Amino acid sequence: MAETALTSLARQEGKSGASPLQIALILIAVAALIAAPFFFYPIFIMKVLCFALFACAFNLLLGYTGLLSFGHAAFFGGAAYFTAHAVKEWGLTPEIGILIGVIGAAVLGLVIGFLAIRRQGIYFAMVTLALAQMFYFFCLQSEFTKGEDGIQGVPRGHLFGLIDLNVPINMYYLVLGIFLIGVFAIWRIINSPFGMILKSVRENENRAISLGYSVGKYKLAAFVMSAALAGLAGATKALVFQFATLTDVTWQMSGEVILMTLLGGIGTLIGPIVGATLVVTLQNYLATSDFPVTVVTGAIFMICVLLFRRGIVGELYASRLGRKLMARRD
Amino acid sequence: MTATVMADTAKMKTSPGPDHEGARVVLSARGLRKDFGGFNAVNNVDLDVHHARVHALIGPNGAGKTTVFNLLTKFLQPTSGTIMLLGENITRTPPARVARMGLVRSFQISAIFPHLTVLENVRVALQRPNGLAIQFWRSMGALDELNERAMQLLEQVGLQDAPNMLAADLSYGRKRVLEIATTLALDPKVLLLDEPMAGMGQEDVGNVARLISKVAKSRAVLMVEHNLRVVADICDHVTVLQRGEILASGDYRTVSQDERVRIAYMGTEHE
Repeated sequence: MAETALTSLARQEGKSGASPLQIALILIAVAALIAAPFFFYPIFIMKVLCFALFACAFNLLLGYTGLLSFGHAAFFGGAAYFTAHAVKEWGLTPEIGILIGVIGAAVLGLVIGFLAIRRQGIYFAMVTLALAQMFYFFCLQSEFTKGEDGIQGVPRGHLFGLIDLNVPINMYYLVLGIFLIGVFAIWRIINSPFGMILKSVRENENRAISLGYSVGKYKLAAFVMSAALAGLAGATKALVFQFATLTDVTWQMSGEVILMTLLGGIGTLIGPIVGATLVVTLQNYLATSDFPVTVVTGAIFMICVLLFRRGIVGELYASRLGRKLMARRD
Repeated sequence: MTATVMADTAKMKTSPGPDHEGARVVLSARGLRKDFGGFNAVNNVDLDVHHARVHALIGPNGAGKTTVFNLLTKFLQPTSGTIMLLGENITRTPPARVARMGLVRSFQISAIFPHLTVLENVRVALQRPNGLAIQFWRSMGALDELNERAMQLLEQVGLQDAPNMLAADLSYGRKRVLEIATTLALDPKVLLLDEPMAGMGQEDVGNVARLISKVAKSRAVLMVEHNLRVVADICDHVTVLQRGEILASGDYRTVSQDERVRIAYMGTEHE
């Protein structure tokens, strides 16, 4: 499925660097995000940003390495637990707490990735799912996660001991900063010499091997990077909502991130952001109505798969308007 | 007459040396065997590939040619037998390492990176030898230093007019030569080409044949090929496989006159 979006995308990827129009669009988007908390409920936007980063991290693996992980909730929710525990029980500052969450997710990614990359396609997905379920069970039984209750009342604390994150606007700009750094990191990785090798592995694994690349190591590196970035999103979310619960490590969460990425557009940088925004917004609006959220997201998923496989952004890129907008002036 | 030819071939199999004095053996296999479950795909294959020579592996469909390729490049693990590359035993070496040692292969189905540009395809091969494969923190611009070499390689195969085209958009014949350019980017000591001319037009066949002859001056080439005209023209040595075993081995003339080879494979269509 990823393949359908790729041809049109690759044509734009061909030349590196962004056109003035793209830079302008990015600046407008950033400006809008800076102004957003004055117009919308900050907690809601922070939630969107956390999930958007999560989806982008997931897409680094699916869209740019061609690996479908069905266990990414383990890194997202796992990091939330690690950060929540570090901040609440050990009394660490938020930035150290987030760092611990990221490192924890990376280590978890190293273990799960090491076991999973030996298999391909559906088997890879199944191994990641199975290991993530084992982690879920660990979280359910373990002492420090507080079981069904989760870790409640996580203090946001003071960033670097100075900035009070209990002030919503401070928290918001921290989340925005983390989001931008995370997305920039992903952009840098996919547009780097290393990213080029990842793409070649996605395109033709055997050929990459025959050129002397030990593809297992590249896949594992991408897996760990994706897990760490998913962890960054989860750790941030734990501070925003001040709790870490089992919801974030369930397999449904792993499925949700696939939905977000697919809906927005696999293998596009902003697709997962758009997808996450849409899904989170829908969940928020439908949460207050009687209409079951899962039915709606399920229906959207089906429509997406049947009608626009490239996802929203993928279809836009492939359309004539999109091509005109994305065209680079040489 | 047939008897003498057969005797020649027999001698060839046991002692490939005398006929090739001066040429160094760079890749050799002894007693190569591969079983898939109960099916014996390759049995007791001895093979010597010499530096600066083009060696053809021919045989009817299903003879095990591609399996032999996969065994030599370690994409498949042999059931038994040994493989030596440049004096080193590679029987248990993983395929990526074998490639790094200088044994590089192409594939039967054109193996390109379809959604990368032509230039990028070649550059990917150049990245590792130039230490530009793991930098996830550097920009794509870091790879520009490889462009010059990549363009030279594209020129060598006649693709210099299309560096920014997506590889997927190339014609079939041009995809094949792109693959050869990518393979040459590694400057391999031993080049294994799996049907490099399959599905090519007559004109392209001539070009690729010339290219192979040219690159074989400084390296060993082992190729699977069905086009016997090409084999006759550019190959110094021919090994015929049938049902996973070596039927005959020698220069083209010797092999083509072998009665068993004629019956098994060539018929009388090509003299």
